[in-house]
Amino acid sequence: MIDKQQLKEFVLRLGDDSLVLGHRLSQWSSNGPFLEEDLALTNVALDYVGRARMFYGYTAEIAADGSTEDSYAYNRDCRDFTNLLIHELPRGDFAFTMARQYLVDEFNLAYMERLKLSRDKTLAAIAEKAYKEDLYHLRRSTSWILRLGDGTTESHDRLQNAIDDLWGYTTELFEMDELDQEMSKANVGVDVASLQPEWIRQVTATLSKATLTVPADDWVVTGGRKGIHTEALGHMLSDMQFLQRAYPGQQW
Amino acid sequence: MVTNRSACNPEISLLTAENHERNGRRKNSDCGPLWDLLDAVKDPEIPVLSLWDLGILQDITQIDAAIVVTITPTYSGCPAMQVMTEDIAATLRQAGYDNFRISTRLAPAWTTDWLSELGRQQLRLYGIAPPRKEKPIHCPRCDATDIRLISQFGSTPCKALYQCRNCAEPFDYFKPI
Repeated sequence: MIDKQQLKEFVLRLGDDSLVLGHRLSQWSSNGPFLEEDLALTNVALDYVGRARMFYGYTAEIAADGSTEDSYAYNRDCRDFTNLLIHELPRGDFAFTMARQYLVDEFNLAYMERLKLSRDKTLAAIAEKAYKEDLYHLRRSTSWILRLGDGTTESHDRLQNAIDDLWGYTTELFEMDELDQEMSKANVGVDVASLQPEWIRQVTATLSKATLTVPADDWVVTGGRKGIHTEALGHMLSDMQFLQRAYPGQQW
Repeated sequence: MVTNRSACNPEISLLTAENHERNGRRKNSDCGPLWDLLDAVKDPEIPVLSLWDLGILQDITQIDAAIVVTITPTYSGCPAMQVMTEDIAATLRQAGYDNFRISTRLAPAWTTDWLSELGRQQLRLYGIAPPRKEKPIHCPRCDATDIRLISQFGSTPCKALYQCRNCAEPFDYFKPI
């Protein structure tokens, strides 16, 4: 049996994943390589920020302590954020952004497909919506991997470098800590470890088609779920949370 | 060659099970005038589409003295949702209703199958190609099907950008989801 505190912690993780990735994507807004791509990146960012709002809203509902979605986004520090590290890495160049997006899109689509079956009705409903969005996110990121990988020497090399730099962060996607195991056992969460073989198969197929090499598993960084982050998150939060820190409670 | 607009085949679509149910909910509702009142609330980005025609207005009920308006969001992060919620509140208040609540229902997730037939026609007249799940996409201006995708994302999350090879005009396509 899972208790409220566990459910809250679990939902909060999903909110953190969505917000942090959404914010990184939003940093492309007005900086995209061309107009249509700028719109696309901003649209995907919106999907993720919207998803974060639903998860945070649900977290606040479970907590029932007067907190709101904004409390979770703006009033917590690095160590309180429990997102997976891959989401917080700086956006890098366009190749890096698309490489990360592709790797997490493959994961998220499989994840949301399972979460749709959650015994928790709210999580299942959010997942149903997110799943639909992930379908077209993945379609788009896959096509960029193929175009850039099988493109010019420059685009190929940049994308290969990005994949190499990201690879050690992908292991964390499939890690199951105690909470994940509890949630999975209760049919509320997802057994992420079981998603790994299919993810590897799918990613390997796409990378090969894009003439890219799947990196060796020779380094791994984890810790996000415990609040142990890379240097990048603090800088991101100082920017993202500035307004609420300087003018607490300020509204649009 | 530009096809004459009047020669277009009208789109024949079957009423989906969900829409049939929604129609029934509206028809059998005790809050009839409120449904008509909220027909005045439009999508701020596509001002020809009412909340009903867009398929986000699910139900209006009266619980004790309070009115409960139930809506289902289109896309998770669509900023238009916030505006529409505020517009519902403003419309109700203007009509003298103060005791109401707007509740959001996530499941079943919104689908373009919920767009009404009238909504589809209005989209086309507005210059946006309505969503089609299997059949080819038609240019909303000249009805040609020789088109190309420019970007999977258009000016709002719900649209993709296409160009017609027949009349050379770019146009928005309402993505089927």
